[in-house]
Amino acid sequence: MSGPNSDYDPVEVTPLKPEEVEAARDAALAAIGAATDLEGLKRVRIEHTGDRSPLALANREIGALPPQARKEAGQRIGQARGAVNKALAERQAVLEVEHEERMLVEETVDVTLPTDRVAAGARHPITTGSERIADVFLAMGWEVAEGPVIEAEWLNFDALNLGADHPARTMQDTFWTEPQDQGIVLRTHTSPVQARTMLTRTPPIYVVCPGRVFRTDEYDATHSPMFHQVEGLVVDEGITMAHLKGTLDHFAESMFGEGITTRFRPSYFPFTEPSAEVDLVCFVCRGAAGVVESCRTCRGEGWIEWGGCGMVNPRVLRACGVDPERFTGFAFGMGIDRTLMFRHAIEDLRGFFEGDVRFTTAFGTEI
Amino acid sequence: MRAPLSWIRDYVDLPAEVNAEELAHELTALGLKLEALEKPGEDITGPLVVGRVLTMEPEPQKNGKTINWCTVDVGDANGTGEPQGIVCGAHNFAPGDLVVVVLPGAVLPGGFEISARKTYGHLSAGMICSSRELGLGDDHEGIIVLPADAGKPGDDVFELLHLRDEVIEFEINPDRAYALSLRGIAREAALARSVPFTDPAARPVPEANGDGYPVVVDDADGCPVFVTRTVTGFDPAAPTPSWMSRRLFLAGMRPISLGVDVTNYVMLELGQPIHGYDGDKLAGPIRVRRATEGERLRTLDGVDRTLSSEDLLITDDSGPIGLAGVMGGETTELSGTTTHVVIEAAHFDPVSIFRTQKRHKLPSEASKRFERGVDPKLPAYASQRVAELLTTYGGGTVEPGATQVGTAPSRPQIRIATDLPARVTGMEIDAATTVANLQAVGCRVEVDGAELTAVPPSWRPDLNDPFDLVEEVARIVGYDQVPSILPTATSGRGLSREQRLRRRVGRTLAGAGCVEVLSFPFVGDAAFDALGLPAEDVLRHTVRLANPLSSEDPSYTTTLLPGLLRAAGRNLGRGAPGVALFETGTVAFPADRGPAPIYGVERRPTVDELATLLEALPEQPLHLAVVLAGERERSGWWGAGREAGWSDAIGVVRRLGDELGVEVTVDAAARMPWHPGRCARVSLGGDELGHAGELHPRVCQAFGLPPRTAVAEIDLDVLMRHARDVVPGPQFSTYPVAKEDVALVVATSVTAAAVEAALREGAGELLESIRLFDVYTGDQVGAGHKSLAFALRFRAPDRTLTEQETAAARDAAVALAAERTGAVQRA
Repeated sequence: MSGPNSDYDPVEVTPLKPEEVEAARDAALAAIGAATDLEGLKRVRIEHTGDRSPLALANREIGALPPQARKEAGQRIGQARGAVNKALAERQAVLEVEHEERMLVEETVDVTLPTDRVAAGARHPITTGSERIADVFLAMGWEVAEGPVIEAEWLNFDALNLGADHPARTMQDTFWTEPQDQGIVLRTHTSPVQARTMLTRTPPIYVVCPGRVFRTDEYDATHSPMFHQVEGLVVDEGITMAHLKGTLDHFAESMFGEGITTRFRPSYFPFTEPSAEVDLVCFVCRGAAGVVESCRTCRGEGWIEWGGCGMVNPRVLRACGVDPERFTGFAFGMGIDRTLMFRHAIEDLRGFFEGDVRFTTAFGTEI
Repeated sequence: MRAPLSWIRDYVDLPAEVNAEELAHELTALGLKLEALEKPGEDITGPLVVGRVLTMEPEPQKNGKTINWCTVDVGDANGTGEPQGIVCGAHNFAPGDLVVVVLPGAVLPGGFEISARKTYGHLSAGMICSSRELGLGDDHEGIIVLPADAGKPGDDVFELLHLRDEVIEFEINPDRAYALSLRGIAREAALARSVPFTDPAARPVPEANGDGYPVVVDDADGCPVFVTRTVTGFDPAAPTPSWMSRRLFLAGMRPISLGVDVTNYVMLELGQPIHGYDGDKLAGPIRVRRATEGERLRTLDGVDRTLSSEDLLITDDSGPIGLAGVMGGETTELSGTTTHVVIEAAHFDPVSIFRTQKRHKLPSEASKRFERGVDPKLPAYASQRVAELLTTYGGGTVEPGATQVGTAPSRPQIRIATDLPARVTGMEIDAATTVANLQAVGCRVEVDGAELTAVPPSWRPDLNDPFDLVEEVARIVGYDQVPSILPTATSGRGLSREQRLRRRVGRTLAGAGCVEVLSFPFVGDAAFDALGLPAEDVLRHTVRLANPLSSEDPSYTTTLLPGLLRAAGRNLGRGAPGVALFETGTVAFPADRGPAPIYGVERRPTVDELATLLEALPEQPLHLAVVLAGERERSGWWGAGREAGWSDAIGVVRRLGDELGVEVTVDAAARMPWHPGRCARVSLGGDELGHAGELHPRVCQAFGLPPRTAVAEIDLDVLMRHARDVVPGPQFSTYPVAKEDVALVVATSVTAAAVEAALREGAGELLESIRLFDVYTGDQVGAGHKSLAFALRFRAPDRTLTEQETAAARDAAVALAAERTGAVQRA
C-alpha cells in the first residue's frame, strides 16, 4: 500500500488506473461466467471480491488520492464492484437453480418400492357389524343395552315365559353350569337383556342389545355353539305391531339397502304374543321374476329368513315389573353372524371363529 | 309333520286346481311353516296298468338264476289286446294273479325308460313291477300282487296304487300341537281358503259304559282321561290296505303290521296317540300310577329302563307295562299272534310327559304330541276309529264295552275388549272381524258391549290369554296387513362411556397392527397345563359346564390366552411369517355364592330377590389379550425386519393407556405363562390391570409358537374404570425449551423406571418431559452395571430459563437419582 499522500499531489496510483480497474472487472466477470457450479462460484467470489482481490485492493488505495481525485476513482471502482456483484448474484441464482434441478434428479427414488413395514390390523367383522347395527338404532334415539353371557336361568327362561317344563326350552339346547340345579346357564339368546332392561329401567324403553350367545349345537358350516344375536326391545304406551314392522323395515333398509323390506309370518315364541318370523326381501335378486328362480342366496324364494319378533307377552311384562295394562312393547331378535353371512356372501360360519387373519383383514375396511 | 295333499282333501273341500305349493304358502301365512314339498310319482309316466298273468314258464339260466317267461293280459293297454310277453325274475306270484305291468314307452323313477328288449332269449315287452321300482316303499322281495278285486287287465294303476300325490312337510311350532295331525292341518287349510271342514273325529261313539277293559287311575292329575276299547277275533295276519300303508309311508312312517299301522294311522289322522295291547298278555286291570323309585321297565325299543318316582306308568298285575304317553313295554305289545286287542286312548298331563321323555331321552311320536297338548276330548273318538279300522281290515268284533275314566277338563273363559286386536297389532280390525275370526278357529264367543268372552275349543290348549286371541285374529286377517310405522323414540343418550371406550380400544389395537379374533371360551386342564399354571393358580378355579361339548374343555374360560394362542399357531401353521392378534371377551370366575333362585313370574322380583339372583352369577370381567409372534416388522429394502418380543406386548398395553388418557405403571413380576425374567405386572393407581411380556419358553413350545412370542392379558373393566373422562384444556409455555442429556450408571438390577422416577422428582417443576433414549452395557461401565441415558427437557411457564437454572435442575435430578438408586453420572 502506498503511504498517505500528505502533500495532496496527484499521485499516479497504478491500481486505480482506469484500464487496471476495467481489467480487474473483466477478469472477475469472465471468472464468474466460467464458474460451472456453486463451489466454483464461491472460489470466484473470494478471488474477485474478497479482501485480497484486485478490486478490494484498489478500493483501499482511494484514500491515498488527493481529495479531488477520490471521487472519480471511487466512482470507477464502485461501478466495477457493482458490476461484479451483480454478475455474481445472477450467476449464483442460475447455478442454484441448476443445482436444485440436478439434486432433485439425483434424489429420485423408486416410489413403487413396498412400504409395509408393519402389517395392517383389523377389527373383527362381527364387532364392526354389531357397531353398525347399533348405530342404526342409536341414530333413532335408542340406546344399547347389555348383559352378561353367563346368566340366571330365571332371566334366560322363566322371566321370558319359558317355564321349566316348556317344550320350547329343548329347542334352545342349553349349556348349563355345574351343578345343573344352580339356576345358571350360558345365555341361549340375548333376550334376558330384555328382562334385565325392564327390571332396571322404567318405560319408555327403546334399546337394542347385540351380544354373544351359546347353544349346544355341533360346529359346522351353519351352526356354532357360540354365535351372536341382536335383540331389540321397545316398551311404551300405544306400541303396536305396526311399530315393530316399521322398525324392522328401517333396520333392513339400513343394513341391506333401499327397497329391502320385511314380511311377517305367524310363528311362536313364548316371550312374544302375537309372534312372527321376519323375512327379508332377498337383497341379491330382490325377488324379481326371471332372477329369483336361480338365486342362490334365497334359493328361489325371493325372501330370506332373518329372525323372530312379536309383541312382548304381557306375562313377560308382568314378571319384569311393567304394567301390562298401561304399556305394550315389541321385541325382535336376529343372528348377527347370519346377517353378515348374507350381506357378505360368506358361505362357512366357521370363518368367523377360526381366527385366520386373512378372513378378518378382508373385513378391515368395514366402516 | 308330513301331510299328503290327498289326505288333506279328505276333510276339506279344496278345488281340484289347488296344488300343494299354493296351499303350503297359504298355510305358511297362517303359521304352519312350509318345510319341504315332495311330489312322489311325479317322475313316473305310463302306461302302467293292471295285468293278469296268463302263463309263466320257469327257465333256469346258466348264471344259476331262474327267470319266468310270462304272458300277461293287459287288456287293450298295449294297443293290440294280445297277451304281452314279459320276462320276470320274481317268483311270488302264479298264473291268474293280478300284477302291475309297465309297458314300453313308460318311464319309472330315476328316469328309467322302459322299452321292449331282448333278454334271456326272449323279447320282453315291459316289466312286472315291485313296490320299490315304483317308489312305493322299500319292498323288493317280489313283485306287487294286487288283490283279486283290484280291477281288470288294462286298468290304469296310478289311482289304484295312489302313486301320485303331493306331500307338504310343515314345521309345527310348539304351540300348534293340533297341527301334528291331518285333522289340524285340514282345519287350517279350510280356514285358509274359507271352505267347509269335515272333522274326522266327528263319528258316533257308544256311551262310556265301564264294560271295556278295566282301568284304575291313581293319578288323575297325570292322567285326566283314559279310555279302553276291545277288539276280539282279530286276524293278526291280515294285511294293511295299500291306501293306508301308502299314506303312512308318505307321512314318514314305516308300515309294520295292520294292528300297529292302524294305531299310527289314527294318531296321524286325529293327533291322538294310541296304544294297542295284546289283551291275552294283560294280567288284571290296567292301572295308571307313578313309578316307585328304581322300578324297571323294558320299553318297546328293547331298552331296560330304571324309573323315577315322577314317571307316570301304565301297569297291570305283572307290574309296569308302559311309560305313559311315551312308549309301551315289550311284554304286552301287539305281535303276530295277537287276536285280542285292547286299545288305549288316554290324555296325559303335558308336563309329566315332557319330563319323563327328557329324563329317559326318549322323544317319541306320542310324547311329542302329549307334551305339546292333545285335544282331551279325542280318546273316545280315536279309540272308536281304531276299533272300526281294525275290524274292517282285520276282521273280528268291536266289543260293546267302552271304559272311560275321567272327563276332559273344561276350557277357560277369556275376556277381552273387542278392539284389543286392533290396538295391539295396529291393523284396522273391527269388532265383527274379531268375533268372526275367533269363531273360525273354534272359539265360542259372546259379545258384551265393548268386550267379548271367548271359550277356546278343546283342541286349542294353547289359547289361554287375551293376547293369544289377538294372534288368532291377526293371523287370519293376515300379517301382511300390518302397517309399517316407525316409532318415535324418546331421546337417547348415545353410547355409554364403556361402549365408547370399547370401540376406542378395538380401533387402537387395529391401528397398532393387531387383528381381532373371536375364540370359543371353553377351556380345560390341558390348556391350563400348557400355560404352565401351577395347581393352585386362581385361573384353574373355573365355572364348569354340566354339559360341555367336549370333555376336554369342560369350563368357561378364565383367560383368553388359550384360544388366542391356538389362533396364533393356526395362522403361523398356515404360513403367516408373523402374527399379531387381539381378542376382547368376558372370562368368568365362580361366585360360589349359592344357586341363582328360580322365582315365580306372576310379579316382579323384589329388589332384594333380584340382588340375590345377580349375586349368584359368576364374576365376568371383560378381558383383552394380545399375542405377537414371529415377524413383527418386515425386513425389506429398508433393512432388517424385527421379530416380536416382550416389549411389543408391554408396548401395546402402554399404547392403550395413552389412548385412554392414563399412565400405566409397569413393574417386574413373575407369573406363568410368562418368562419369569420378562414379565411385567401392569397396573393403574394400585389396581392391577394384568400382565404382559414374553411367554415362557415351555409355553411357546406347548402351543407350537416361535420363541420370544409375546402376550399381554389385561382386565379392560379396570382400564375403562380409570380412563380419563373429561380432559381439562391443556396449558403450555411458549418460552424456549432447555435440553439436558444425562447418562447414569447403575447396577443392572436397578430398573429404568426407578431411575426415571427419581430424576423426575429431583428435577422439580421446571421439568417438562423425560425420556430414556439409550441403554448401554459393556466394558465402559463394567460388569454388573448399565448406563441409562435420559433426555430431559426443561421449560418455565413465564420466562426463558437461564443456563444456571437449567443446570441446577439437572443437578438436583441427578443427585436424587444417585441417592435413591446409587446412580453415578457418566463423565
